[in-house]
Amino acid sequence: MASENNVLAETLQSDFEGILTGWLQAQAREGAKRTDLVSTRETEKQSRDLLTALARASRDAVLDDGFDFANPVWDQVRETLEEITESRTQRGVSPTEIGVFVTSMKRPIFERLRSKIGPELQGIEDMWNVSRVIDQLSLYAIESLVTKREAVIERQQSEMTEVSAPVVRIWDRIVTVPLIGTLDSFRAQTVMENLLSAIVQWEAEVAIIDITGVSTVDTLVAQHLLKTAAAVRLMGAQCVICGISPKIAQTIVNLGVELPNVTTRIDLQSGLEYAFKRIGVSVDGH
Amino acid sequence: MDTEGVEGVLHAGGTPIVTITGCVIVAIRDDLDDQSVMHLQDELVEEVARRGARGVIIDISALEIVDTFAGRMIGSMAQMARMMNARTILVGMRPAVAMTLVELGMTLVGVETALNADKAMNLIVNDLPPVALAQ
Repeated sequence: MASENNVLAETLQSDFEGILTGWLQAQAREGAKRTDLVSTRETEKQSRDLLTALARASRDAVLDDGFDFANPVWDQVRETLEEITESRTQRGVSPTEIGVFVTSMKRPIFERLRSKIGPELQGIEDMWNVSRVIDQLSLYAIESLVTKREAVIERQQSEMTEVSAPVVRIWDRIVTVPLIGTLDSFRAQTVMENLLSAIVQWEAEVAIIDITGVSTVDTLVAQHLLKTAAAVRLMGAQCVICGISPKIAQTIVNLGVELPNVTTRIDLQSGLEYAFKRIGVSVDGH
Repeated sequence: MDTEGVEGVLHAGGTPIVTITGCVIVAIRDDLDDQSVMHLQDELVEEVARRGARGVIIDISALEIVDTFAGRMIGSMAQMARMMNARTILVGMRPAVAMTLVELGMTLVGVETALNADKAMNLIVNDLPPVALAQ
């Protein structure tokens, strides 16, 4: 159901290669061509893909008041845009630059439209200028939205790192750190730092690492635990690793990982009992 | 604690070695060069022999950075003193130093550690079991 006066499809069909060349030139002129991040050949391919998809979609699309970008005829265009955005975002291209990449397509298309309409319409240059200003406004708004959102994500990330390794002074001279989730190198480092400074701060003699909440224990995690235990010992405190469930015990042994010189306990309770014994505290009922 | 008082202060290359209640205490400074380290080692074992010390406390709380040399030096000093039948305790290691040593793979196995000189003194004088088990 091609609309009879589908100027976009017509224009694109009449001079596809010319528009593509014009667009690539416009990208370079408007600073959307990040040759440091995206190669010229790749930009050319992405531009060609998008323009091809656009030409195809516009043939069947409604462009007047009934325009709906969610309509299935635009599927290919949206897909291509997503691919381009993904590959560019990964390389660090900013939202504005991606926006300009797309909007710079206007210039060559408008030029052809104008030559078709003829010189009798004087206002077309003004329209172009105004439209460019509005484009910039929308791009800037999107850019600042993304920046704000990134700031939120960054803050949440740092908060998560903090809460992921809270060292608790559970008793006089006993500190404990409950670990939950996965233990990657970065977190392991944070845990070690927090634990060691807590030992200094509270003059702790026993440090309990509770790994009940650690989902998987592999060789890497075991390595981190060993390092932490060794560092704790060097500081002059004793390290107890507790929360060694039957499953974890099996995994550790099957992996062939050894935990030499490390005191381990099945759960936090027995770890705490051990710690009390070490510092010479007796608790009623035990 | 019945303190017999400070029995003498030695200065090994600028690092004081103090003996209190049969316990030799040496606080290692941050700016030791290789030469004075060797000198310090000499003086330490001499002092342990002269006093018939039952304990040695090596305080490294002033050390902010360590390399393999410093790590080895600390380890060997502790080993030497222990061979002379003095219970040797390494105290006051900073977190950053502990992490560096672990990363370097120098876990100083066999060297007893304590949080500070006060706790180490208490362990030696009252002959208590080690805080951090040294295997």
